[in-house]
Amino acid sequence: MNRKEGEGFRKRKQDSLLTQPKKDEKDNNINISSPVMMAFKVFQVELDTKHDKYERLVKLSRDITIESKRTIFLLHRMTSVPDAEVLKESECKLDGIRLKIKQIAKELIGEDLYQYHRAFTPGIQEYVEAISFQHFIKERSLLSLQEINQRLIFADNENSEGSQGTSTDHPEQQGRVLFFQVTAIDYLLGIADLTGELMRMCINSVGNGDIETPFKLCQFLRQIYDGFSYIGNTGPYEVSKKLYTLKQSLGKVEDACYTLKVRGSEIPKHMLADVFTSRAAMIEPDEVMS
Amino acid sequence: MSVNEMFSSIQEFLSADHDVREDIRKVVQVLEQTAREILTVLQSVHQATGFKDIPSKCLRARELFLTVRNHLGDLKTKFPAEQYYRFHEHWRFVLQRLAFLAAFVVYLESETLVTREEVAQILGIEVEREKGFHLDIEDYLSGVLTLASELSRLAVNSVTAGDYTRPLRISNFINELDSGFRLLNLKNDPLRKRYDGLKYDVKKIEEVVYDLSIRGLSKVQESETAYEK
Repeated sequence: MNRKEGEGFRKRKQDSLLTQPKKDEKDNNINISSPVMMAFKVFQVELDTKHDKYERLVKLSRDITIESKRTIFLLHRMTSVPDAEVLKESECKLDGIRLKIKQIAKELIGEDLYQYHRAFTPGIQEYVEAISFQHFIKERSLLSLQEINQRLIFADNENSEGSQGTSTDHPEQQGRVLFFQVTAIDYLLGIADLTGELMRMCINSVGNGDIETPFKLCQFLRQIYDGFSYIGNTGPYEVSKKLYTLKQSLGKVEDACYTLKVRGSEIPKHMLADVFTSRAAMIEPDEVMS
Repeated sequence: MSVNEMFSSIQEFLSADHDVREDIRKVVQVLEQTAREILTVLQSVHQATGFKDIPSKCLRARELFLTVRNHLGDLKTKFPAEQYYRFHEHWRFVLQRLAFLAAFVVYLESETLVTREEVAQILGIEVEREKGFHLDIEDYLSGVLTLASELSRLAVNSVTAGDYTRPLRISNFINELDSGFRLLNLKNDPLRKRYDGLKYDVKKIEEVVYDLSIRGLSKVQESETAYEK
């Protein structure tokens, strides 16, 4: 029954589709090959091409976002000491993301990056967050924009797969270099998101009985906060918006350090986590109010 | 690189960016002023007296477009050519307005739809992105849509001024435009919103044409002109 109804509906829809062109012909006897119509046909193709490209980039950006989030979760699973295996796995994931970024770079050959910027900026910010988080865990320092961009230079080897050896001999013919440039703004926004992850890492490490990391993190976050304050409101709107969240994260970490310092000596390590969960509960309502 | 160094290099980038935008804004302001002047000139065709000297108004507008060309030439020098879309928002509005004004002049002169190439030529800019400062297709189309609503107004006013044949020509023109736009697959973007307004212009003109034909007014004038000959 149901299927029959469905078919009937489809048929009706088709009928209406069939009658449509007729109606068009009737109510305006417009010559399909008039200059205006010809021009609009060209516009149609041009707009469709542009929109298709935009959609492809949005999809790539979404994939990058998902993979980056997974990488960050993976890194959070690591307890205080850098775990070689987890790091390796995260590196693999990041490599996968870079392949996606390479695809973006490919889409953008000969294009104006900023024309499609809005399509992929969320993904790129997330990537900056993931890779700088991994970098911090490894090196305890801030990954610079230059370093990020350096890793986004790709050799376009797709059309020379069979003859990779010769590509170095004729760089101008085969070793076409693809590169993607993260903009300063995207970098800045990615770093702002990184601070949220660092705050989480700080609370986690306290929970694990790691007393050293929180202090290091606190110092690092302060530096970043200082940096953002230096930029202040000269940056775009999104940056100033994130500044507030950053301040809150920093506040939480500073509170944690305070507690560690004041009571750290009194409380046995295995009980520290309890102290923090209650403190975290005290902080939460604050967030809701804002 | 320390955190401090990183942030101060970004700060440098931001203030350089800020300066460029400031420069662009200044030029765009002047452009907007000229665009308003052209609009004032052309608006007067709606006046009962204005219908008589359309050609002279078009000439005046053409003169003003020469100033526009100078300003646009100035604008081009304010930023790296390949970063057009980075600053696009700044001149997008005024360029749409200028596209409309160019389309309006061309319509008044020859009653045809201005091509993208003609607009670019009037404004002294390019059609293709690769060649430099160009007219974005969406901005061009947006300008054309503004023309449609201006013409629906012109149809009404030309009846008031006693010209009964013009509305019929405008009606044909806008109908063709409408079927042209129907070919486009617009996304849910500003252009789409502008296009959604087109049907009201079509409706308005149809009403005018209906009023004229039901009273036989469109024929009256035809016989009158025949008589004059």
